[in-house]
Amino acid sequence: MKQVVVISGKGGTGKTSLSAALATMGDQLVVADCDVDAANLHQLLQPVDSSRRLFSTGAKAEIDQQRCTRCGVCMDACRFHAIRFLDDSYFVSETACDGCRLCARLCPAGAISMVESNRSYWTTGTFRNGWMVHARLAPGEENSGKLVNEVREQTRRLSVAEGVDTVLIDGPPGTGCPAISAMSGADLALLVTEPSCSGFHDLKRVKKLVDGFDLPSAAVINKYDLNERVAAEIETWCRHEKLPLFGKIPFEPAVVEAMLQCRAVTEWAPRSEAAGEIAAIHRQIFQS
Amino acid sequence: MKIAIGSGKGGTGKTFVSTNLFWVASRQGFDCVLADCDAEEPNAAEFISGEEKRVEGVYRQVPVIDPEKCTFCGRCHDYCSYNAIFYLPERRRIQVFADLCHDCGACSYACREGAITEHPKLLGWVREMVTETGRPLIEGRAEVGVYSPVPIITRVIREAGSRELVLLDAPPGISCPFIATAERADYVVLVTEPTPFGLHDLQLSAATVRHLGTPFGVVVNRAGLGDEAIYRWLEGEGIPLLMEIPYDREIARAYAEGEVISAVDDRYREVFSRLLAGIVQRKEMGSRSSARAARPK
Repeated sequence: MKQVVVISGKGGTGKTSLSAALATMGDQLVVADCDVDAANLHQLLQPVDSSRRLFSTGAKAEIDQQRCTRCGVCMDACRFHAIRFLDDSYFVSETACDGCRLCARLCPAGAISMVESNRSYWTTGTFRNGWMVHARLAPGEENSGKLVNEVREQTRRLSVAEGVDTVLIDGPPGTGCPAISAMSGADLALLVTEPSCSGFHDLKRVKKLVDGFDLPSAAVINKYDLNERVAAEIETWCRHEKLPLFGKIPFEPAVVEAMLQCRAVTEWAPRSEAAGEIAAIHRQIFQS
Repeated sequence: MKIAIGSGKGGTGKTFVSTNLFWVASRQGFDCVLADCDAEEPNAAEFISGEEKRVEGVYRQVPVIDPEKCTFCGRCHDYCSYNAIFYLPERRRIQVFADLCHDCGACSYACREGAITEHPKLLGWVREMVTETGRPLIEGRAEVGVYSPVPIITRVIREAGSRELVLLDAPPGISCPFIATAERADYVVLVTEPTPFGLHDLQLSAATVRHLGTPFGVVVNRAGLGDEAIYRWLEGEGIPLLMEIPYDREIARAYAEGEVISAVDDRYREVFSRLLAGIVQRKEMGSRSSARAARPK
């Protein structure tokens, strides 16, 4: 099985547009949208969903005011400062609570219980070139890394069940828990950057992340003609780092138009320069 | 007053808006500070230069189990809600995975043998820089691969203190890092772009900020690039459109070079001054008319 993850560090560099284009080319595959905070790939791939499951992102403490004796043990023990004292009552701040359950274990009055939060969900379905797994983190929920793990697990099951040996993962921004969950077990990371000082800065961080996991990687410079000087600097750096550069995609109106039409650029404008460059990137990924 | 600048989708222009607001505010004599809370990808310092005043590490406590004292009872393993303690009783093996530890302290409570002590682990850094106008930029920077930037964000916001104007450049998304930033703000500015991606992610961000109960408004960046759907949605929801920033290659050029557009273009200095005045006014009006009931969030 070959698993390719598309990540970038910085958001907005074009991960999802590139993932959609790669997903609609070549052999059938399973696609996973692991940017569960801001999942957009389904807008371009428009899957027909066949199953949906609720997902528990964790539990939050709740204090029963009737049983609470106002002793304050919970507040002293909580390292997340999630217990607040207001109007002679103890309350749990839902956003600050980390779900560690220590307060519930320590409460001498047994007044604290843990309430599961399961408003998030994941979905599997089919799209025009294979299968897709995507998820939605409910607003205000935490633990997106845990949901990313679940998306990866469902993707693995689906690829085994369908006998598909190619998996493409659209990753989240950043270098923390969700990004690590998205790339674990992948064979290749495609690092998408843009020619800006912040894009370059974040490329260096995400390269360090994949190197830390011994994950082979290659770079793509998106919108490279927006600033050719910075693009050239990135190219020089890639050579120095021995990071293969799989392609440079120009900034073209067709790319934006495709997104507005909710299509991949390779489908909407197959003759555009961007589509040609993406086809070349696809070849390099699946040759290696 | 604390103002968080956020967005669901990355790359819509959070840092662009917050660095420009900081640039105009500090030149208008506001007692202000810019806090870069996007600790996984801190970029504000690429635009706002300053002299480094101090750097401090941010640590979290992680348990260390003394195998001499441990009786392999497994209570710490049972108490851990994060699967951070690996326990094989038949082989008398117990091990802490520091990366998974959330520093809740439950294992220390659990252990009756005094076998657990806690030791600091480096998560990242807080850097304070003094900018040209003397106003500080405080940056949170997570070590690459650290699971959660939240303790760094909390620290950055604490160090930013309670000045007249605290601008928080928030991390993308709608989960823990964004919430850790937005829940400490008095007002949230959501930056988006007029595309299907921008609209979809704005809807999630708006629901998240409503969940927190914080007043918010929207800045549409790269106006003219996409379609009109976002404006119809804002109107239908009654969400204030604070400003539109046109799609302009000049902005893209300046941004790529690490320039603050307000510093090099009078028109944009004017645009951001208006945005700042609008936010401050909204916040003041909001706090007079609808003093939010003191309720726990």
